[in-house]
Amino acid sequence: MTIPSIIGGGLIVIGAGLGIGKIGGSAMDAIARQPEASGKIQTAMLIAAALIEGIGFAALFAS
Amino acid sequence: MLKRALHILTIITLFSISNLVAQEHHEEAKHETTSHQTENHSSEHNQHGEENLSLKDKIKKDIKHHLQDTHGFHITKGIEFPLPVILWDEGLHIFSSSKFHEGNGVVESNGKYYAISHGNGHIYRTDASGKIEHNEKGFETNKKPIDFSITKNVFMIMITGLLMFLLFSGLAKSYSKNGGIAKGPGRFLEPIILYIRDDIAIPNIGEKHYKKYMPYLLTIFFFIWFLNLFGLTPLGVNVTGNIAITVALALLTYLITTFTAKKDYWKHIFWMPGVPVLLRPFLALIELLGTIIKPFALTIRLYANMFAGHVVLMSIIGLIFLYKNLVGGGLSFLLAFALSLLELLVAALQAYIFTMLSALYFGAAVEEHEHEEAH
Repeated sequence: MTIPSIIGGGLIVIGAGLGIGKIGGSAMDAIARQPEASGKIQTAMLIAAALIEGIGFAALFAS
Repeated sequence: MLKRALHILTIITLFSISNLVAQEHHEEAKHETTSHQTENHSSEHNQHGEENLSLKDKIKKDIKHHLQDTHGFHITKGIEFPLPVILWDEGLHIFSSSKFHEGNGVVESNGKYYAISHGNGHIYRTDASGKIEHNEKGFETNKKPIDFSITKNVFMIMITGLLMFLLFSGLAKSYSKNGGIAKGPGRFLEPIILYIRDDIAIPNIGEKHYKKYMPYLLTIFFFIWFLNLFGLTPLGVNVTGNIAITVALALLTYLITTFTAKKDYWKHIFWMPGVPVLLRPFLALIELLGTIIKPFALTIRLYANMFAGHVVLMSIIGLIFLYKNLVGGGLSFLLAFALSLLELLVAALQAYIFTMLSALYFGAAVEEHEHEEAH
């Protein structure tokens, strides 16, 4: 663990957090507008969040 | 309704508390055994100075030990289940893992000596004194036999396989017996199976092809889910948090995608219709890379989630031993309790995501495009 890798890991977590937060927020908006489509929105939200999370973890392990 | 909710809450609470208590015991037991082994090996392991470890380092070591795949279960102090060790080293060697805890930790089998390295938990061939050599980078230089042992992870996979076989064959039997109505544990499983079929398989793969993939999707969902839940029990197993297991699972998805893919799938990889011809070779390169990145992401996602979950949970339990007062300990306990509940959710969520993404990849493999040039 060197200092650059720690900083890099922190930046990755910030980026992934922002991304997943944006997805979650947009999904909330979408569900509020169209509650009957909440099932489909949730699925799409989880997939998108999982993809970001995967990249985040991959980068975190590389750092 | 309220009564049932209270029931479930009580069960979850008991479950989480037993989990915490057992892990605390587990850690204590580990201190005992490490110090015990240190005495025996003190002549060889002076350079490590294991006896002078601070509490923080001991907790770190215990977490590392928990995440490793070991030979035999250590539930608490005095309760241990040995598992068979099967080695191939110019001949077959079979003995019980409890032999590693007798005497100085060296096992003699058919004229050869074996010892477990403290660093990575693997078995190495040694001389009669059990000395394991390290090179300057800290890697073991002893000869390593080919290890087919029934380790903790292998054992839990077998148990899960058996459990799944019993549960689902029971469900199948109850259908034929009761005229199409599930009974017993099948009542709980049936909605989950229907959910995977109606909300994962059919929307992603399509009505036409989904039946072919249902056995795999159901197997992988329940396999990952059950193993994730076993990871939360006091047995101290960490199967889905082991990268070898997740690589194998993702490889299965990759192989099934590759070998069941239709003509259109390959056409869209190597010669994408609807884009300028000059761009197509570059797109082929990117698409080809994408087919490898997909299973890689599946591997890392499941592994890292379970691994990180175990590390965080055990670190917070470790804080109780560091603070050693009511406020710090109580807060750590509450935090660990909340995290255990979160891990219950993550256990199901990760199984769902793995199944979902597998279904998505299968869907892309069998997709048929009617109007080719419309892209």
